[in-house]
Amino acid sequence: MKQRIAGMLVLVLLAAGFADAGDKRPARVALPAIKIEKGEKCVAPVDEMRRDHMKMLLHQRDRTMRQGLREPLFSLKNCVECHAGRETGSVLGKDGFCSSCHSYASVKMDCFECHTPLRQKKVAGKP
Amino acid sequence: MNPERRQVLGWGAAAAAGAVLAPGLSLIELARARSPEEAASALQRWGLLIDISKCGECNDCVTACHEENGVTGHGRPETDAQWIRKVNLRDKRTGHAQTLPMMCQHCEDPPCVDVCPTGASFKREDGIVLVDKHTCIGCRYCVMACPYGARSFIHEAVSGQKADVPRGKGTVESCTLCVHRVDRGETPACVEACNRDGGKAMVFGDLNDSSAEIHRRLRSEPSSQVRADLALNTGVRYQGL
Repeated sequence: MKQRIAGMLVLVLLAAGFADAGDKRPARVALPAIKIEKGEKCVAPVDEMRRDHMKMLLHQRDRTMRQGLREPLFSLKNCVECHAGRETGSVLGKDGFCSSCHSYASVKMDCFECHTPLRQKKVAGKP
Repeated sequence: MNPERRQVLGWGAAAAAGAVLAPGLSLIELARARSPEEAASALQRWGLLIDISKCGECNDCVTACHEENGVTGHGRPETDAQWIRKVNLRDKRTGHAQTLPMMCQHCEDPPCVDVCPTGASFKREDGIVLVDKHTCIGCRYCVMACPYGARSFIHEAVSGQKADVPRGKGTVESCTLCVHRVDRGETPACVEACNRDGGKAMVFGDLNDSSAEIHRRLRSEPSSQVRADLALNTGVRYQGL
């Protein structure tokens, strides 16, 4: 009896495993395109950037605007320099670094209603 | 002048410029650009001196300003943004005509800052009056309060902004005295254009720096403020008005 129960349990678990593996539901939202074109290393570790980039930008924004401190480290201009796409030169658009992740997370950002999303310097080897 | 003599003179100039009273307190500050890690300080007050007798018919300051700051219109002068404009004055009795550039006067006591409900309109430590568009709600109180008509409202979505000059729909803007250039140690675009192509009518400098040309001229020559009766102590001064 014990063996039969164990056998059934194994079967059920296997079936569950297969069901999970065979789950071919199409993703409702496209995964964000994280393609970094320039620069070796971001200003902070990836997990910190993912969690706190908005805090860094907010802090730097007030320092630059109010005190005239134009430190390059957390400046939005500098973010765009590395993260703008090679083809479009922009952080917006379908595969844009900022916009693809923000649309995945469904978070509205309004930085680029005033700031330019375009890279200013030319990238070497740009087609 | 032979090179050695020049070298000796150079040392003399450097010694004079760096004359130090005590550590950290120098008699004459060396002219230099502020480093990006150094905050704007109240030791400085940026200003302009405009000699109207040299200001001619050209429009170079306006063109240069709008080019530098990416200020583009839609061909609708009633609502298009305008950071600087040429004002023509004519004495009705004598017919004497003058022209002058008019922009934000960077007041010491700016009415636009007084009326702003969110604190978006503010004066930086070094006297430059700015709009923090992050907190501007577009109420346009400042537009009404400014006696110089210096502020504009952006009515339509903007694209193609300059990286140093963010502009966006629903906010108020005005002359920033080219704050991004001043922070790099350069002069505003209008001044540069006037001295290059125009009548050399504009001087930019630190009103607190006794060695600056603007300070020397304001000290030794007559000048005036527009609407001096309002006692706003403007940073932009005119000569020959």
